[in-house]
Amino acid sequence: MVGVATVASALALWWLATSGLRLLNPLRLPAPHEVWTALRQIMGSGYAGATLWEHALHSLGLVARGFLVAVVTGVPLGLLMGWSRRAEALINPIFLLLRPIPALAWIPLAIVWFGLGDTGKVFVIWLTAFVPSVINSFTGVRNVDTVLIAAARTQGASTAQVLRHVVIPGSMPMIFTGLRLSLQASWTTLVAAELVGAFFGLGRVLNIAGQDIFPGMILVGMAAVAICGAGSTWLLGRLERRVLNWRAAV
Amino acid sequence: MANRNFLGPSGVVLGKGEFWALTLAGFSLFFGTWALVAWAGWLPANLLPSPLAVWDTLVRLWQQPFAGHVYADHLLASIQRFLMGWALAVGIGIPLGLLMGWYRILDEIVTPLFDSIRFVAPLAWVPLAALWFGTGIGGPLLIIFVGSFAPCVISAYRGARLVEPRLVEAAQTMGASGRQVMQHVLVPGAMPSIISGLRVSAGLGWQSLVGSELIVVGAGLGYLMVQGQGNLATNIVIAGMIGIGIVGFAIDVVLRGIEAWFKRRWGQA
Repeated sequence: MVGVATVASALALWWLATSGLRLLNPLRLPAPHEVWTALRQIMGSGYAGATLWEHALHSLGLVARGFLVAVVTGVPLGLLMGWSRRAEALINPIFLLLRPIPALAWIPLAIVWFGLGDTGKVFVIWLTAFVPSVINSFTGVRNVDTVLIAAARTQGASTAQVLRHVVIPGSMPMIFTGLRLSLQASWTTLVAAELVGAFFGLGRVLNIAGQDIFPGMILVGMAAVAICGAGSTWLLGRLERRVLNWRAAV
Repeated sequence: MANRNFLGPSGVVLGKGEFWALTLAGFSLFFGTWALVAWAGWLPANLLPSPLAVWDTLVRLWQQPFAGHVYADHLLASIQRFLMGWALAVGIGIPLGLLMGWYRILDEIVTPLFDSIRFVAPLAWVPLAALWFGTGIGGPLLIIFVGSFAPCVISAYRGARLVEPRLVEAAQTMGASGRQVMQHVLVPGAMPSIISGLRVSAGLGWQSLVGSELIVVGAGLGYLMVQGQGNLATNIVIAGMIGIGIVGFAIDVVLRGIEAWFKRRWGQA
């Protein structure tokens, strides 16, 4: 109840400060009706080269591609490093060197390597999500109770069976924690990459709106980024509940 | 115990010698592949300079200004900007989180507002930040603030919630004033959670700093990299990445040290 009231009063304050009493310069904070106009413009005739749907779908597609590649490459690598001390000793140095560099810092290099098109963006999103995928899968395996592994072994389980039935399910909760974090980070990286240079996408909308000094459109862009981010996190949460439904029974 | 440390879930025991040999092999693999690709000419030098070329560039940037400043000045500009933005986030976020943890009404007022902007990626604030505070110092500060604010609030809030009500009641029964309860019970109780939140927020803040410098400012490591990219000078871009990595690593090491110090002082966290 209080929640609805606060959001409503924040909106009312916004209206009062901008249109009602005109306390704020509309070039600093747009009035609600200006945001509405911007929204109708980008939904109808488009802005920065495309409509809102096209920009959003483009950004979603990039995040989905980079994120999926990161999961497919990162999780098995993390599982391997968690399972084998040898693999860990060999691969960990590379992570020690690369991990302190935030994925955002790869954006200029990605532009030199791949240009302003999609490949460079998929590459930096892959980097963003790859490191947490590896680290959380690794930690997940290490947190599996070794007694469970020993028990499976005693009952004659092969290595493949131990992995399939004990280690991988046991590390799943940790893996999903990593995925959730890296999905949020992926959106930050994508927006940054698109702000630095892009032909399409929500970051491009923000960039052009900033150059045009079009505050209404900036807010539309920010809201679109938030909705896409929240929506993809929600989807991942649903997937997590499906995959981890055995946990409720435990 | 030491031996168990080297025992993987696969049951393979790894000796210390083998561990270090493999670690060394890992480092050599990384630098070896890099050097090989660069020297064999599989990629042109303006796409991938060799490790030695990058080292030379670092030494050169230390003496000759690029993008307006020498390397150390870019480094200091970034660190200074980061510290200001992060201090702002910590200074506002931690007290806000603690108060939200103690006063239900504040929690109910702030949480919906907080939730409704939580999903706006920090870098999406860039155009608005530039509009409000310009691209000099204010704009980037807002980006760093937005990037590191949420973990501060959340960790302080969780910490405050974790303090046992019985401890508060006990202190009150013994006649402690509101301020004393806060100082001697609530803040120490919330401290472990706050400290780990600080680490997360510093990492995110540093990341946001890099992002904001790529887009809006005229000095700093990110700016150096963008200028290098504009000149297709990959060696300068990589030199910038190394500085960013080292500072990010140092920030984490310092905060880990503080965390360990608090754990020793206040017992286990």
